[in-house]
Order: sequence, then structure tokens, then C-alpha cells
Amino acid sequence: MKVMCSVNPGHCTLIKYIFLLLIIIHLDLNTAESVWPLPQIVILSSERYQLKPQSFSFGYRRYLDTKHSCSVLDAAFKRYFSILFPGYTYDEWVFENEVFTLTISLDRHDCEGYPNQDSSERYKLNVFAGQASLNAETVWGSLRGLETFSQLVYQDDFGSYYINKTEIEDYPQFNYRGILLDTSRHYLPVQAILKTLDAMAYSKFNVFHWHLVDDPSFPYQSHKFPDLSNKGAFHPVTHIYTQSDVRRVISYARMRGIRVLPEFDSPGHTKSWGKGQSELLTPCYRGGTPSGTFGPVNPTLPSTYQFMASLLKEVASVFPDPYIHLGGDEVDFSCWRSNPYIRAFMHKMGFGLDFSKLEAFYIEKIVNITSVLRKTSIVWQDVFDYHERVRMLVEVWKQGCYLCEVRRVVKAGLRVILASPWYLDQPGPTHNWARYYNVWPLAFKGTEKQKSLVIGGEVCLWGEYIDATNLSPRLWPRASAAAERLWSNERQTSCVERAFPRLQEFRCKLLRRGIQAEPLYVGHCKHEYQSV
Amino acid sequence: MNSLLGFTFILLALGSCRGLQDNDVDKEPDLVFQPSKYGSLWPLPQNVQISDVSLKLSSSSFSITDAKESGAGASCGLLQLAYRRYYEYIFGGAKKQKVNRSARAGPTDLLELQVWITSPDSECDGYPSVSSDESYELTVDQPIAVLKAPKVWGALHGLETFSQLVFEDEYGTKTINSTVISDFPRFAHRGILLDTSRHFLPVKAILTNLEIMAMNKFNVFHWHIVDDPSFPYLSRTFPNLSQKGAYHPYTHVYTPADVKMVIEFARLRGIRVVSEFDTPGHTQSWGKGQTDLLTPCYSGSKPSGTFGPVNPILNSTYDFMTQFFKEISEVFPDAYIHLGGDEVSFECWQSNPDIQKFMEQQGFGKDYRKLESFYIQKLLDIVAATNKGYIIWQEVFDNGVKLKPDTVVHVWIGSGSNSEMSKVTAAGFTTILSAPWYLDYISIGQDWLNYYKVEPLNFNGTEEQKKLVIGGEACMWGEYVDATNLIPRLWPRASAVAERLWSAKEVTDTGDAFSRLSLHRCRLVERGIPAEPLTPSFCLHEYKGV
Repeated sequence: MKVMCSVNPGHCTLIKYIFLLLIIIHLDLNTAESVWPLPQIVILSSERYQLKPQSFSFGYRRYLDTKHSCSVLDAAFKRYFSILFPGYTYDEWVFENEVFTLTISLDRHDCEGYPNQDSSERYKLNVFAGQASLNAETVWGSLRGLETFSQLVYQDDFGSYYINKTEIEDYPQFNYRGILLDTSRHYLPVQAILKTLDAMAYSKFNVFHWHLVDDPSFPYQSHKFPDLSNKGAFHPVTHIYTQSDVRRVISYARMRGIRVLPEFDSPGHTKSWGKGQSELLTPCYRGGTPSGTFGPVNPTLPSTYQFMASLLKEVASVFPDPYIHLGGDEVDFSCWRSNPYIRAFMHKMGFGLDFSKLEAFYIEKIVNITSVLRKTSIVWQDVFDYHERVRMLVEVWKQGCYLCEVRRVVKAGLRVILASPWYLDQPGPTHNWARYYNVWPLAFKGTEKQKSLVIGGEVCLWGEYIDATNLSPRLWPRASAAAERLWSNERQTSCVERAFPRLQEFRCKLLRRGIQAEPLYVGHCKHEYQSV
Repeated sequence: MNSLLGFTFILLALGSCRGLQDNDVDKEPDLVFQPSKYGSLWPLPQNVQISDVSLKLSSSSFSITDAKESGAGASCGLLQLAYRRYYEYIFGGAKKQKVNRSARAGPTDLLELQVWITSPDSECDGYPSVSSDESYELTVDQPIAVLKAPKVWGALHGLETFSQLVFEDEYGTKTINSTVISDFPRFAHRGILLDTSRHFLPVKAILTNLEIMAMNKFNVFHWHIVDDPSFPYLSRTFPNLSQKGAYHPYTHVYTPADVKMVIEFARLRGIRVVSEFDTPGHTQSWGKGQTDLLTPCYSGSKPSGTFGPVNPILNSTYDFMTQFFKEISEVFPDAYIHLGGDEVSFECWQSNPDIQKFMEQQGFGKDYRKLESFYIQKLLDIVAATNKGYIIWQEVFDNGVKLKPDTVVHVWIGSGSNSEMSKVTAAGFTTILSAPWYLDYISIGQDWLNYYKVEPLNFNGTEEQKKLVIGGEACMWGEYVDATNLIPRLWPRASAVAERLWSAKEVTDTGDAFSRLSLHRCRLVERGIPAEPLTPSFCLHEYKGV
């Protein structure tokens, strides 16, 4: 706890003046201050240019041959045109003499690929002399720049659109900025997932962590093991994700520069798997006989590993991301302990009575399977806690002194993702976006190299009490608070009081874009949410 | 009514160094879904007998009609609209089946629901009131079901109950069991408070909420229409109030036509609209469009430029109130107006030399509660002259203001609400309870249980005193609520309050309630309402309105 509090968020006024090298000129909230998350370097002037929908265009720098125009960007132009000029239709499009063009150039023409952990999201945006240019190393960086550009445009009281002369150089503080959705405790229709991806792009999130399956249901339709969803989903037809649903989510995410990280959590949290795959789960015993209930995956049977290898091979081919989340959290040992075959196996392996060794044995085998598939494994911190040797990425989720845990993981030389402070499914008695803002992921004692192992953070929206009816207002705009922490410079964004009006403004922008983001406090937006 | 909420935001900003509390979300004993013998009925009727005989309904042959003997015929628009609404709920309005009455009907057992208004005056064109008869009797049998009610208000509730008895069998056929129900509410006042000042709620959001209220047999929409942050009510007498006091003078106001629409929409569903114009505190927004109404606060010997509560020492204040409440009494047909009167801060009054002088003249000493009483007293006389009854928040009673005997006291302060109920009823006043039902406070888990387990008459008092409790209200204050999160935050949590206020006192089985409420929530979802889930679970038809 002490480490956590070493950066005092209260001292914001001081910090504000120390960082004068970053010139942020306060004009009014319609301009660059309202970009959320705050870009790294912003130079803003009061000179402004008018934008007209009928004479605005997106363009590629000439050396990008139009024959090879970028599909990701073409789709983004279409999206952002309607975001810039809401309600305007193309029919009235006429070329005027003075066209305001936002010209895009990419260092690498990589439009057909997928974003990954190492993708550069850096961009430079320059609005100058009635023109704008956006330079990025990759197409993913240019998407971030487009988002920033769209937030810079504002409407005056007469409805005209303006943008100020601006120079922005921007890149994320952390490369991994995720949102976890849980589609097992409640099924989320694909439309709800897509809508979340839209909103994620507005806050520059770049990983959708899909906690696909868990105890209550198995909605992923596997083509190798169709019984998993046939028997394990809430409903075998209406409450599943077909292969084409999954492809749709992945491609929709790609178009927005978002990775899709699938999680197949085992050996615990697997009740629903057992319905469609017999002998996968451990039969629990009461007295000397099976009790009819089942525990975690049975780690003693070779058939278990054949099944897992086969399922993960499918998963690895369906999900293009080089990472797979293997879960590994909250394994309850009581069922294993009750089962005489498991105990015999423990004895044979020389594990004694230490069931965490059995768990480690299982996880190690699963991690090996994924590395054969050339995928990097991510696991919940529980795995690290009992088994420090395995090579993998650790996601820290437990409450308490989470930075102590982060420190232990990076000291072991492993990379880490932080989720503990961002459990947004807990509404709490209070309405505390600031709690998600005042988080300092690097405020622990460690070397620069160790700190660089903290690759990012993740907002978790577990599904016990969440489904499509309340997902959006529960998530937004509170997740946006975490987004700024993960994207922006910590020292420029340490002050809640300064962030508050900006976040309010951003929340109104989300409403204008059709995202059902709840209010932060008393107040209003020019365009309120209408569709109820 | 919401003093506690004001500073939560600041607390959070400071308290953020502390980590989250314990992460364990499953602390309540697990409620397991086991089908209830009462199916999905919510709130549970007073007397229900459901037999095993099931009857089929076909959308092409089933109809809801007026009984021949009925006191309300085809001319009763209220009922005709309700028939259509419930026909669509039962058969799924979205499916757009072609209804062809001449075509041969498939196998069907229930052909008709006859609605029979038994009293000669159906009250079809009237407004519901606190003394309206809401009782009904429903008999479902082959081939005709009969719904008998003395007034249209009971018939509306009976239609809702009928629609809740219909379920889909595994082949998708609409089915209903042969049933006998006789039903009436335990409490006459069953309300929801919405706050349209802290955030503006578009009319559509209010109408949607009225729709859901009817599905839960709520019958009072308490419209906390204005407060400190904004004044969205467009007054014909004083248009400046909203012109200057609303968030926006055109997009964030309720025009007279809007208000009319809300009142009529509510009436058609048997719901009263009780408007609240809270004074003398909670009035910052009034001051923008009405000069000299609020008390100028002083710092030292000079006005500080800020304003406090309504200025109680000027005649102009009472002239204004007289005209204003004359308009309100004409615009809102309900017999009651809620006059607020809560949370008056005395600091500003204390700072003002004119007020001090007035206190002296009146012989109030330093007791500003006497000044408050002086104001309220005059206000009550003004409102009484319009022939309206009034409801006031409990502080007015606590401060010893002389009240007309038919005043309704609204108890809201969370701590000590039981002894407050004792005191208020001992003094002979009718009362409404809200203290345990502040639904804008949220927490993880199944907090509906807390609302459900409340027993409103659980205070020390005689039978006579208990009769003075006419009901309760669930309050949804608007600090953190607007159209984006109103519905999922309110429903189905408010449904728990609905059953407490409608059903018999003995209906307290939480297991049975859980299973009925789960189904009721899925029914709301199927009707297009984003009512949030109670536990990990699913509905056959999930919410599609994303």
C-alpha cells in the first residue's frame, strides 16, 4: 500500500507548472484540451480554420498508389466523416475550390495485417494553413491520429465547424490497453460487442480481452467440438458465437486497430465445458463414491491434454492474435483432494499433499501446447503465485497491494498487465471515476528495465450483474478514465480536478456518437441520449 | 432529500489511494431458481388459484372485448388502447403477424377475454386518485376469460395480470392455465420519483418509465421537476423561469404540451402525476428567471453576489407564489401537489441584515426554523386556496409547522425512519415512506433483496396509526442518472418495491420472489425494456436494443 501512495495525486497544481516544456495553451474546452485521452505533446494556437462537409476530404500522400489504397483507412474515412459532420449526407457533396484535406502518410504500408503487441501507434498531426497532415509509422497509428483529429473539430453556436491550428505528437504510455468482457455469465449479443469496440476506439483502447467461456456457459461454437456449445451454452442456437460471429468481431476490431485476445480459462472456471465433453472434469467424491458433481479439469488423464491441444489448436487458428489467455485463476482444490485417483497420481508424481504442484503441472503442459502453436500465454496472477518458473505474461487482478505483486512479477523478469484497480463491474456505493483515474501503475521501486515490463492495463467488466441491458452505461465513461491513465503522460494527467471537465466534455462526445455513456455528475449535454 | 449524495464525488477524489475493497461479490446466500407455483406473476396478487388445466391462445382468434353488461363500452378509449397494448404484449407486437379474423382459427381453447366494468361509472374519462378502486377479479376458463372490475383502474391491473399468466409452451404456443384471481393493492400510494432537474430526462424516457410502472402496478409518478441545477418546467405565467433557469431554453424544457402528454400517457395507465415544486430551499435555478425571489447572501456587510433560499420576508415572494401555484394547480389535475420543504440551509438567511431585522420584528429570536415555518405556513395557505392537497417532506413536520389535518408527510431520512413514522402517524397525519427505497444508491449484488425485505408498518404504533400509512415511493435522484442509465438502474430493482406495496404483508418468501422476479425481468426485456439482470443467467429473448 505504501508504494502505491508514493505519488500523491493531490499535488496537481505544482505539477502543472513544472511541465512548462509541454505547451498547452488554454483556449476553451472546445479545443485541444478536450482530446481524450490527452496527447503527449500538443501545441495549439488560436488561429482557426473552418471545415465544411461539402469541401472536406481525406487523402493519401501521393506515393501511396491509389490502386493500393488502404482498406482499413478507407473504412475509417467513412466512419469519421459521419462523426465529424453528424447528420450530413453525401448527396450534397460538391467540390468547392478550397478543399480542406487531411492528408495521411504511412511509413509502412501494412494495411492487411493485424495489430499486435509491438505495433507502433505513434502519430504526428499537423493542422496548418487550412490543411492537415497526419503521419504515422503504421496504419494503427494513423487510426489513433484520426480519432484525435475528430475530437479537435468543434461547432460554434451557429453550427459551423472549426479546427484550430494545432501540432500534436502522440504515442501511448503503455502498449496494452484492454477491456475485458465476460460472455459466459451473461450472453452478450454480437451487436453489444461491436458497439463496445466502437467506444473502445474513441478512448484509444487497443485490446478486447474476450473472456468467452466460464462456469455458467460455453457460448463459443467450436467446429472441432460442437458439443461444447450445444450442451454448454445457455441455448444451443440463440446464445452462441458461431465461427462467423467470431470472424466478424475480429475483423470489426481490426478495422479499429483493436486486437482480440481470447481467453479459455482452465483448469478452474470450467463447469460448462464438462457438459459437452465427458471425462474432462474431475469427478468429486463424497465418502468413497463419486458425488455426481465435478471439479476442475482432470489433470491426470492423457485424454485431457489431447483435448486441450486440439481445442487450443483450433483457437490459435481462429484468433490471429499471437497471444492466448489461459486463465488459471481461482482453482478450488477440494474436489481434487476428494478424488482417490487424483491422490494416487499426486503420490506417483511425488507432489505430496501440495495441490498447487498439480496445478503447476497442468498449466505447464498447457503453456507448452500453446508455445508449440507459436502463441504467447497470458495467465492470471494465481499461476505466477504458485509457479514462478513458467515463461508467460502475468495479469495481476487481486485487490490489496497490487503494485507489490507487480513488483514481484517484474523482478522475476516477466511481463505484466495490471487489472486490479479497474474492476468496473463493481459499481460501489459511490460513483467514482476518479478512483480509476488516480492509479499509478509504475509507482513501485524498480529499475527502468523492470518498469518497462509493465506493458499495460486492463478494465474488467465481469458479467455477474451485467448484460446488454446495462453494459454500456456501466462501462462508459468510467473506462475512459482508465484509458487516459494508460495512454497519456502520467505527470500531465495527475489532477482529477483538471480532468473532470475534460471527461465531461468527452462523455458528451460519446453521447453524440451514440454511445450510452452515463453522466459523471449533475449537468447536461447539448445533445442528450435519446433512444430509450 | 439527497444531502448525502452531494459530497460523494469529492470523497472519491481524495480516497483514491486506497485500493478496492474485498473483491468477493458472492456474499449473499445463493438464491436458486426453482419455478414458482405462481409462475411469473409480479407483484403477486392477493388471492390466486392456478389449476393444471392449460388453454391455448391463438393470435388470429383470440380477442379482448367489452362484456355486454360492462359499464364501459367501445367509447372508452382508455380501455380500447389498453386492449391493443396487451394484445401486442401477449403476441409480440414486433412480429407483425397478419391478424386475419375471418381465417379459420387453429386449435385454440381460449377465445376471448371479456372485460366487465361492474360499476355504472367506469371513471374512464377521469383521473386516478388516492382513493380510486383498483381491485379486480379475473377468471380464466374455457372458452372465455372474464375480468371484472368496478372501475377502469382495476381493469388495467387485471389486464397486466392476465398478460403475465400467458406463457409460451415448448412449441412456442401461447398458453394460459385456468386461473381464478381476486386482487387489490395493499397500499393506495405506490410511487416512483424521477428527478428531471439534476439531469434533463427527454419526454420519451419518462414515457418509457410510465410504461414499465404500469407493468409493475405502480400508480404514482412523483415528478421532482425542478431543483437547484435547472428549471425545465416551462411556465406560461413566468416563461423566464425556464428561459433562464433550464439547461437550454428549447431543447431542455418541458413545454405545456409535453406535460400534457405525460399526464395523459400516465392516466391511460392508471398512474397519477404528482408534481413537486420544492421551496424554499433547492431553488437556485428559480432565481435566474425571477429576480428578488431568492435571498441575497451577505459576506460581512455587503451582498456576496450569491443567493440562498426563497426570500420569505417580501410580499412579492407571496404574490409570485400565488400566481405560480395557481398555474400549477390548473396544469396538474392531481388532487395533490408536493411542496418539498426539505434541507433548508439557514446560513444565507443568517447573513442577511434585512432578514435579521425581520426576525426581530416577528419575535423569532435566533430560531430560523420559525422563519421557515412562517414561510411554509403562508405557502400552504396559498396552495390550499387552489383546492389542492399537499405533500411535504418530513422536515416540515419535524420543524413544527402547523399543518392542515389532511397533509401528507413524506418520510425520507434513512436513519430513524421507524420512529419518524411513529411520530408522524401519532400526530394524525397520513404518510408515505421512501427512506428505505433510495434506488439511486447502488451496490454490487442483489440489493433488490434489501428493498424487498422492508416492512413499511414495522414501527411502534396503534392499528389506527398504521392505517395512516398510505404507501411508499422509490426515489431515483438524478445526480448520476440520466436517460443513458435510468432504466437499467431502476428496473427490476424498483419491482421489489412494487411487490412490497401491492401484495399481502405475508408475501415474504425471497426464494419464491427470486424466481418470479427473474421471469418478470425477462418479460420486461422481451417487451423491449433494458431491465438489468439479477444474477448470472439468461433470458430466452435477450435485450436487442443495443
